Amino acid sequence: MAESTELKTGVVADPKSPEKEPFFGKKEAILIKDPLLDNNPITIQVLGVCSALAVTSLVYPSLVMAIAVIFVCAFSNLFTSLMRNIIPKPVRLIVQLVIIATLVTLVNEALKVLAFPVYKQLSVYIGLIITNCIVMGRLEAFAMANKPWRSFLDGVGNGLGYGFILVVVGIVRELFGKGSLFAGSPIALNIIGPSNDTTQYWINTAADSGIGTWFGWYANNNLMVLPAAAMFVIAIFIWVQRSYNTKLVDAS
Amino acid sequence: MTTKYIYTFGLIMTVVVALLLAGFRTLTAESAARNEDIFNKREILATVAEPMQEFGKPIDALTDAEVLDFFKNNVQQIVVNANGEPVEGANFAALDLAKEYKKPEAQRQYPVYIFDLNEEYYVFSVRGNGLWDAIWGNIALASDLNTVTGASFDHAGETPGLGAEIKDNAGWKSQFQGKKIYDGNQFVSIIVRKGGAVDQEHEVDGLSGATVTGDGVTKMLYNGLKAYEPYIEEQRAGAGATGMNLK
Repeated sequence: MAESTELKTGVVADPKSPEKEPFFGKKEAILIKDPLLDNNPITIQVLGVCSALAVTSLVYPSLVMAIAVIFVCAFSNLFTSLMRNIIPKPVRLIVQLVIIATLVTLVNEALKVLAFPVYKQLSVYIGLIITNCIVMGRLEAFAMANKPWRSFLDGVGNGLGYGFILVVVGIVRELFGKGSLFAGSPIALNIIGPSNDTTQYWINTAADSGIGTWFGWYANNNLMVLPAAAMFVIAIFIWVQRSYNTKLVDAS
Repeated sequence: MTTKYIYTFGLIMTVVVALLLAGFRTLTAESAARNEDIFNKREILATVAEPMQEFGKPIDALTDAEVLDFFKNNVQQIVVNANGEPVEGANFAALDLAKEYKKPEAQRQYPVYIFDLNEEYYVFSVRGNGLWDAIWGNIALASDLNTVTGASFDHAGETPGLGAEIKDNAGWKSQFQGKKIYDGNQFVSIIVRKGGAVDQEHEVDGLSGATVTGDGVTKMLYNGLKAYEPYIEEQRAGAGATGMNLK
């Protein structure tokens, strides 16, 4: 998946500010808030689209992936920022990759010991995190030029922005593609579909009486299950977002 | 920033990371292997969930130690060869189906789990290919060695929400319950049918968006169970002669 090579760096604080700065002031809040909408990694920076297409057919895996990316993004930002003055510039990308891969491998091994079923659930995504463009994009664009604490927050913010889109797309795709929400998790909800012996839906399209009879025509949209559906959903999200905030429209 | 600095930095970084990862791995290897063993055993137990419930051991309530204990005391684990004969003195724990499938067919050995829960249940392990990578699973047959009690599947790299549903979708897996692998005396296995099962006795519904993985499951079940056919035939003949009279 081609990614935009022009990274928007977000708010870059002056690293040599002489005054004592608050621990969590306005600038820090912006680092968290900005990537949620106005500088969203997926819809504005157009990073991490590959994994957004792959994992969003269900909400629960999207949520798990979001948490994993927030963790890796925050800590790889932190470590890169700590090392930013000793990393040799010509090989910085390789060093960043090693940091990301080390963190991901440690998380992977730790999960095997602490929560094996969760590890099984995550196993496919772990590889996707290493190749996730957001993580490296933020290291290169932010952590290499900013202090550790701010870099950490930037990682959390971008992870949250990524996760927000993932969950929204996941909800749309799962609801219209499978008629359920959070399937596979302990709080699985069956929203709409024909009930049978093993599965009961809130809106039973096969019902003889009640509200379900209004939905006799309803069928799940199989297109929503396929990765291409994420393309439409993300595109519609970008369209709506740019209609509201015309500053985001690229004039060229 | 001299070349020497870059090399030194690279060298130190590599050594530090290698030691960190190798050390962590060594420390956790034993406990990870134990977790994996328990996970696999629970997957096998899931194929006989209903008989276990009736036996008074609901599988969700079993602790990890109880799972290991149950396999030690109540499950007969045997290795059979390609002719369906039990192999004397075979090391069951060391049997790796992935390696067996690479051998010529006549030399392969397969694991069989026999559960004694009021009735006998036989669990067979199968392995095949999905869309991206290997898939594998366990399928349990009741004492008639025809009726399926349950099935569980796992995969190395199928797409979450699509091919990975073979592992995660409990509703889909429950369809296997009550299916039959024989049509009269003819071995037919169970087919995952795109668009929905036609023959309710030997087919299950396919999964939307996972046609290739579904076909992989069909192929895996056919080839996998076919490999056990000599053993199954023998047990069926035995059950017909003696088992039926006893019950």
